[in-house]
Amino acid sequence: MTSPFRALLLSRLREFYREPEAIFWVYGFPVLLAIGLGIAFRERPPEEVRVDVLVTRAGAAPSSDVPDPAAAAAALVALQGDARFRARTCAGEECAQRLRLGRTDIVVVARADGVEFRFDPTRPESVLARARAEEALQRAAGRSDPVAIREREVKEPGSRYIDFLIPGLLGMNLMGGGLWGIGFVIVDMRVRKLLKRLVATPMRRTDFLLAMMGSRILFMLPEVALLLLAGSLLFQVRVQGSLVAVLAVSLLGAISFAGLGLLVACRAQKIETVSGLMNVVMLPMWLLSGIFFSSERFPAALQPVIQALPLTMLNDALRAVILEGAGLASQSLRIAGLVLWGFVSFVLALRWFRWS
Amino acid sequence: MQPVKGVAIRCSGLRKRFVSRSAMVDAVDGLDLEVRSGECFGLLGPNGAGKTTTIEILEGLLPPTSGEVEVLGGRWDAHPDDLRQRIGISLQETRFAEKLSVRETLVLFRSFYRRGIAPEEAIALVSLQEKSGAWVGKLSGGQRQRLAVACALVGDPELLFLDEPTTGLDPQSRRALWEILRELRARGRTILLTTHYMDEAERLCDRVAVVDHGRVIALGSPAELVARLGGEHVIEFALEAGPDGLREEDYRGLPGVSGARIDLEGVSLTVTEPHVTLPALLERLGRERLALARLATRHVSLEDVFVDLTGRHLRDDTASSAA
Repeated sequence: MTSPFRALLLSRLREFYREPEAIFWVYGFPVLLAIGLGIAFRERPPEEVRVDVLVTRAGAAPSSDVPDPAAAAAALVALQGDARFRARTCAGEECAQRLRLGRTDIVVVARADGVEFRFDPTRPESVLARARAEEALQRAAGRSDPVAIREREVKEPGSRYIDFLIPGLLGMNLMGGGLWGIGFVIVDMRVRKLLKRLVATPMRRTDFLLAMMGSRILFMLPEVALLLLAGSLLFQVRVQGSLVAVLAVSLLGAISFAGLGLLVACRAQKIETVSGLMNVVMLPMWLLSGIFFSSERFPAALQPVIQALPLTMLNDALRAVILEGAGLASQSLRIAGLVLWGFVSFVLALRWFRWS
Repeated sequence: MQPVKGVAIRCSGLRKRFVSRSAMVDAVDGLDLEVRSGECFGLLGPNGAGKTTTIEILEGLLPPTSGEVEVLGGRWDAHPDDLRQRIGISLQETRFAEKLSVRETLVLFRSFYRRGIAPEEAIALVSLQEKSGAWVGKLSGGQRQRLAVACALVGDPELLFLDEPTTGLDPQSRRALWEILRELRARGRTILLTTHYMDEAERLCDRVAVVDHGRVIALGSPAELVARLGGEHVIEFALEAGPDGLREEDYRGLPGVSGARIDLEGVSLTVTEPHVTLPALLERLGRERLALARLATRHVSLEDVFVDLTGRHLRDDTASSAA
């Protein structure tokens, strides 16, 4: 005779691993996302700056926009001689168009009385191009620098984008897993009248809810392990803190979001309803809680709200442990916040839960 | 096990009111019922009569608005856990987990009961041995319904609730399920089932309560109910002239006729002896120069009882859908 808790847990596990799509979305997708974003934002050699030099072509219509041919030729030579530039010429309307479409970062108009830069000051690469082009042209014209500069490049794992990203994806995954893995499954069982059928047996309701929680915790382990492993093998993302601490924070996150999933699903009677509710709950956290970029970019007025979101707490705690090697004690406030979120959701969900 | 002789279910003055924004429906409206231990009892009625609401109140899944319910000598508010251990339930439609096998599903349900039969035994009771390892998602409608019955049986219940056990099944699957239920009854289980199929109630049930608009409008064995019509046979016919032939009173005057009804489908006469009535009927129609479009005779069924009681056919789906 198996215990009800074990039988329920085992059923949940079987249903899960027999669903290939679920496996992909839970385990495969976050890893693919990490790989994709890791490649897109990988460390690249310093990018070339694209510069166009305005020239007049033979037979072109007379225009007021005429560079000095000698000055333009000199500028082109100076820029092409510098490896940091990819310089070419353009003429007439073509220049403005290339600038508009982002094919060039800056257009240089050389005249007898000086040089005019045409660029969009809101584009960071154009601002960089302007500074570099000025420096190159001034040097070519014989400027001398009074202060000697030496460079030393620092490229440490731990400060790259992928290092920032992996803990964020971990947090996002724990949120999605808790909400979908609990909320969606419960509403699906309600729609099938399976919940009603279960409470028509002597099954204890706590056994059912504990089995749901237990399954979430079991599914979470490979999730965390896979992402950390992919980060470590493909991008050399190193966990600075203890693995036990990472696991403990992940566990709390999983439980907290499982509680939230239970709350979202406690009354919904249609899959559409619960899907909508999930998006309402998850979307603000996707944007605000610092998955892909730091939550500190948002205005100070929003910060109290942002810092109170469970995903912000989870992401910040994960980053502190993984990137800065922080111990659990230093994260006690965030941990307490997560526990509170989970506890309150769980209690409310139990009070409002609809079995049929 | 030997069932305790006596009453398995008793309810009186049962009422259930559903209140929505636009309407207030009394799905069950003062229903009294007594199911004896060891009998197969049928709640018979059209869709929306309040059968499902009634059975779910008796199952302890729905609280009544008012009224008394006693199941196996206990009350739902006093001993819910004890009662759950002793009853088995098959809901109107339960879609079990598609990716679990038949056996795994039964192992799960068995785990909830302190005592019961082995999952294999429950599988054998509903003849699903060949599908034991198959996923529920691969089963046919009839096989799923048998699985639902097996889940109701795995706790070895004294009392079995089956809500529309054969609705939507093909004739072969229905007969297979009837066979299973008859066997269970023979072993002394008490069964309460709901159905809107007359033939099902006639074949399976010791006693039937005909339910309409949330009340019991007739109660008795199928034979008793049929006997109330005064005849055992029905002659059904239609005239080429349509319904404007003779009047109901004219038919009642024919020898052996105890009841007559004219509706859009034709005329139906309840008769004691068809061999007496038929020649007289044909002679009368011939005299009136009325030609027959069709003619058939059959035994009286519970359907006729229902029509007689309510003036409606059982399969009329015009009633409210509160159930």
